[in-house]
Amino acid sequence: MRILTAALLAGVMALPAAAQEISVIYLRQAVAPPPTLSNLDPVPEDLGWRGAELGLADNATTGRFLGQTWTLEEVTVPEGGDFPAAAARALERTPYLVLDAPATLQTAAADLPQATGALLFNASAPDTLLRASGCRANLLHTLPSRAMKADALMQFFTARRWTDIALIEGEAADDRAFATALDASARKFGLKIGARKTWAFDADMRRNASQEVPLFTQDLGDYDVLLVADEANDFARYIPFNTWRPRPVAGSEGLTAHAWDRVVEQWGAAQLQSRFEDLADRPMQDIDYAAWAALRSLGEAATRTKSDDPATLRSYILGPDFELAGFKGRPQTFRSWNGQMRQPMPLTHRGALVAQAPLEGFLHQRTELDTLGLDQPESGCSAFE
Amino acid sequence: MKLTTALATLLMMTPAYADEIWVTNEKDDTISVIDIETLEVTRTIPTGERPRGITFSKDYSVVYICASDSDAVQVMDPVSGEILHDLPSGEDPEQFVLHPDNRHLYIANEDDAITTVVDVKTRTVVEQIDVGIEPEGMAVSPDGKIVITTSETTNMAHWIDTDEKAIFANTLVDSRPRHAEFLKGGTELWVSSEIGGTISVFDVETQAEKAKISFKLPNIHPDRVQPVGFELGPDETHAYVALGPSNHVAVVNAETFEVEDYILVGRRVWHMDFNADKSLLFTTNGISGDVTVIDTATNKPIKSIKVGRFPWGAAFRPTN
Repeated sequence: MRILTAALLAGVMALPAAAQEISVIYLRQAVAPPPTLSNLDPVPEDLGWRGAELGLADNATTGRFLGQTWTLEEVTVPEGGDFPAAAARALERTPYLVLDAPATLQTAAADLPQATGALLFNASAPDTLLRASGCRANLLHTLPSRAMKADALMQFFTARRWTDIALIEGEAADDRAFATALDASARKFGLKIGARKTWAFDADMRRNASQEVPLFTQDLGDYDVLLVADEANDFARYIPFNTWRPRPVAGSEGLTAHAWDRVVEQWGAAQLQSRFEDLADRPMQDIDYAAWAALRSLGEAATRTKSDDPATLRSYILGPDFELAGFKGRPQTFRSWNGQMRQPMPLTHRGALVAQAPLEGFLHQRTELDTLGLDQPESGCSAFE
Repeated sequence: MKLTTALATLLMMTPAYADEIWVTNEKDDTISVIDIETLEVTRTIPTGERPRGITFSKDYSVVYICASDSDAVQVMDPVSGEILHDLPSGEDPEQFVLHPDNRHLYIANEDDAITTVVDVKTRTVVEQIDVGIEPEGMAVSPDGKIVITTSETTNMAHWIDTDEKAIFANTLVDSRPRHAEFLKGGTELWVSSEIGGTISVFDVETQAEKAKISFKLPNIHPDRVQPVGFELGPDETHAYVALGPSNHVAVVNAETFEVEDYILVGRRVWHMDFNADKSLLFTTNGISGDVTVIDTATNKPIKSIKVGRFPWGAAFRPTN
């Protein structure tokens, strides 16, 4: 358990305002990472938390000029622990939680009687269902959904006229969920996912990818781009350059869509990257960014409303005046119908930014950012009405 | 030094040598020098890493350059292009302003949430002032009594008393403030907010907000209309405002705060400066890597000049 307190700095004249203390708890469910073939990219133990920590530091700096003090505390529920009980205890101390847990546990927390009137942020679960019929009025999402990710990729394929797509999906539930999102998005943009296969190998691909993958991909026929749905990146990394036909790879490897990636440099992002690296000693990842954005959304709302009341902050965050400068070139706001943060999505490979969705030419009557993910008529979320 | 004087005298006698616009190229670690007469790049001068803010001393004898990634403010001889020495600047200096005393540089240290005050004569840090996250915009009042630092993530203008070298007021502005300027003899302060898409106008006496300028371009989503750098035109009747990725410069009436014109320029227009009589405006266009020249009599672009990669700052240098 770590506690950060932002003390008022002496010698700095504050704007006249009542002293307020805003506490946030970062509540995490420890989950064993699925086994992967490669050890190259271990999941950092402080994934997410470091983003929250940076968001807190940003809020605290502004807060000290306004008489607002911010505290952040991390609570981790061990594997097999009682997450809803931990959430209930946390909610007795503060109405502001950032959740880093699987979707089902997040809705369990949001449904607690103690969570009525609280403001919870989902920083870790990309499940589209949480933004659809499974939404909760007190649960906002700063991490993009799988639907947003899929739409970002499909916009790119459309722009490049890569209309024929092949798909390899893993056997994990997350892989199937991503493949489902890709399917739905391909239909939305009028693209065709033709040949598809399930990855069912259990050999060690570091030794024989070059021999197995060409054979495995031989019967996919012809296509423009090969999508790989493998959220843990167990096998996806062995696909590029080993396919039977020379074709680009996208999805979980090759060209990937993100909330954040270390290769993002424009729009002032270099500053956010370097502040994060100074703090965490590693690059910022999607969940770090989502946790940062959750803290900053709270901070922005508290600064503008000069309030620490959760109902006031919630209605400001979902209202027309809210905007977060999220270092992705456009103001980021929340969808009032399902609590999803609108945001541009960088499309990247390991070495550079390739494009940023929404791509030019994809229009929407409200904002181009709503061409990514569930739009109001299709969301099926009624909790925000 | 003698050579400088001799050359300056020579230049004075030969007005055919035109004035110059100096442009920092953030991703090329160079300065492009544009000849205002021919509108061509005549020199490309190497600098430290990631040059951004650029300003000349009041007598134009030296030029100061924020070499952000070298963590230094470089002092260059504008005639020879030689770096004379570095000033201590704090980490990641992005933008700065030279006090009317021609001696104190107020530097925004973007990574450190600090404004550093450096004495350019003794080459020492006089003071470091805590400000908000990612300080960027810097302005000094004409009487030198007030310096403004704007902080991008904290969304504030910090008002610094230059005698006390301490903050005496903080005012909130819209998201991601980028640039600040004093107007009308120092009675008015303008602050641009990139993500907010506005310019906030403050009464300096009371630090109260008296107006907010917003921009609207047909066929461009408001999200892309992002005011960044701005400068006052001839007679200070109008301000020219760079609108970033909307690729336009707005012409704002400084009295009514109405936008009167939009001028199409290069991609992601950032900062700007004028020639001596302000008949020409030069804008840096980061993504297209060029400078647009605007005739301020007609408010029409007349030429694009290719410079280095990601041009950022611009500064005028008279040569006669």
